[in-house]
Amino acid sequence: MTTANQTAVERYRNNFLKEVEANVEEGHMVKMCMQCGVCAGSCPLGPHWTHSPQKIFMMIRAGKRDEVLGSDSMFMCTSCYNCMVRCPRQLPITHIMHGLANYAHRLGLAPKGQPTRDFATLFWNNAIKKGRVNELMLTLRHYFRGGLVSGIKEALGMQSVGLGLFLAKRLNPMEIFGGHGVKDLKGFHAIIAKAKEIEDRKKGFTS
Amino acid sequence: MTASIATNQTILVVGGGISGMTAALEAAECGKQVILVEKTPVLGGRTARLYRYFPKMCHPTCGLEINLRRIKQNRNIRLMTMTEVTAVSGSRGNYSVTLKVAPRFVNENCTACGKCAEAVSAEVANPWNYGLDKMKAAYLPHNMAYPQRYVIDPSIVGTPEGEKAKAACPVGAVDLEMKEETVTLQVGALIYATGWRPYDAAKIQPYGYGRFRNVITSLEFERLADPQGPTGGKILRPGDGKEAKNVAFIQCAGSRDENHLRHCSRICCMASLKQTQYVREAFGEEGKSTVYYIDIRAIDRFEDFYQMVQKDATVSFVKSKVARIAENAENGNPILHGVDTEGYHRYAVEHDLVVLAVGMEPEITGVKLPADVILDSSNFIEGSKDGGMFGAGAASSPLDVNRAVQSATAASLHAIQVIRKTASTEAV
Repeated sequence: MTTANQTAVERYRNNFLKEVEANVEEGHMVKMCMQCGVCAGSCPLGPHWTHSPQKIFMMIRAGKRDEVLGSDSMFMCTSCYNCMVRCPRQLPITHIMHGLANYAHRLGLAPKGQPTRDFATLFWNNAIKKGRVNELMLTLRHYFRGGLVSGIKEALGMQSVGLGLFLAKRLNPMEIFGGHGVKDLKGFHAIIAKAKEIEDRKKGFTS
Repeated sequence: MTASIATNQTILVVGGGISGMTAALEAAECGKQVILVEKTPVLGGRTARLYRYFPKMCHPTCGLEINLRRIKQNRNIRLMTMTEVTAVSGSRGNYSVTLKVAPRFVNENCTACGKCAEAVSAEVANPWNYGLDKMKAAYLPHNMAYPQRYVIDPSIVGTPEGEKAKAACPVGAVDLEMKEETVTLQVGALIYATGWRPYDAAKIQPYGYGRFRNVITSLEFERLADPQGPTGGKILRPGDGKEAKNVAFIQCAGSRDENHLRHCSRICCMASLKQTQYVREAFGEEGKSTVYYIDIRAIDRFEDFYQMVQKDATVSFVKSKVARIAENAENGNPILHGVDTEGYHRYAVEHDLVVLAVGMEPEITGVKLPADVILDSSNFIEGSKDGGMFGAGAASSPLDVNRAVQSATAASLHAIQVIRKTASTEAV
């Protein structure tokens, strides 16, 4: 699993900015940051992360690879776009943060047990199975992620919402048996596999 | 009449601020015929509305007075106030310019005795104090006004208030029948000394200008510090008239921002450094100034001034562009939120008053200019394709007064060259 990481370390030795520019979505814009601090001050979740975007960008330029790729900050972004609309240099900050999260995840360096990352993984695996999100299974898996007891507690806490959704025909209990999928499931899986192949090739991952 | 004396040997200077006055004077003192047109009723432009200059902390009235006397003494300058250029046609050495002259409702008999202002009770917002107070609808813009002639605001013409002004005038100078006039002139060269305006601070939404009364612009702060301003020179905040002893200065309010003005306005760092000294002047050691900045751009020899302010114990610097401003509902104090770049500390700091160091936007932004005029990406005038029209002063680049005067002198020399070339071609 660490081969992709080792390759990247070898290739961009001591030049993490170059690595980000080459592999992270909108990574070439990182060098445009003038360290004014508006993004950091504008983030509604700012006080709750380890590193603000301003700090992440400075760390990238300072070559702090392990700290950046191991940071939980990119996963804390809620995509409110406050930083992006206020950035005086018009850096696509939100996109860069997502790009960094994706890159760290693929290298296997993203923090373990980070809730947003875990949920994103859960969502992806669920959606990819049948080409449609099985909301019932997604919710159940999410509630029971911490074991049986906490799962039952969490599910019971949400039962009135669940019942409301059921009565409004927004939640089908039959979905527990696998649920419905897209018409051409085989074709869908082929598309996803191809997309992954293209992305891997572009980003230099060998899978 | 001005129209009859204008020829293709005449230089037209648009704008009567410090740059326009300089450009007009330099050409006129070389013996060239100059027509100086100004949109407002007085000369002096934005310079006349400053309290002090940096770096010498002297008063603009001093230099203004010298220039006004030069203009009065010079027979080559024809001044037209309340006049705007509406159209320009032709090419280098031979332009036809259409001017619109707004009625002043006061003729040249005026002795500036002020009886009309005493008689009138109607008031209008005072643009010379950036709308911070009101003035009588019959007014002399400011003490240094040139020409020293009153103006009747159009809002009272045709009302009993207007008649009161007319009745009060002992020399029959109030003429309420004046109409707007259109004049067409021939000129050889044009100098646009149209200057700048403060960027509309209300557009910088997170700073709450217009929503929070104790958030003002640097230009408004100049008026607060000026003895001729709305507070008689006392630094009282607009919200409740309380003394503003703890003042925050926010740099790059609009400038260096792709969402607002993409250029660095160059003067604002020095303006804020200067204004910290107004706070010290007013309150001594009790005053407190905090400058929030991305980086201080005190260009070339102004570094000395920056170092002097750095040594001032009442002034502190925070390297951070403020992210947003909130208001303390109890006392009306603005609260500044952000993260500083030296250590990434999150702050939420309360101040009595926030001064936004607003950027310079060319006054001609949004105005249709002759197609030949070349503008840069921020609407500053670079010149013209035919080589007969020039930008001078802050119309050509964000400049302080000193550099605006240099720029205007250069533009004047260019215009003289055009006139001389035209003359020699005609002689052949």
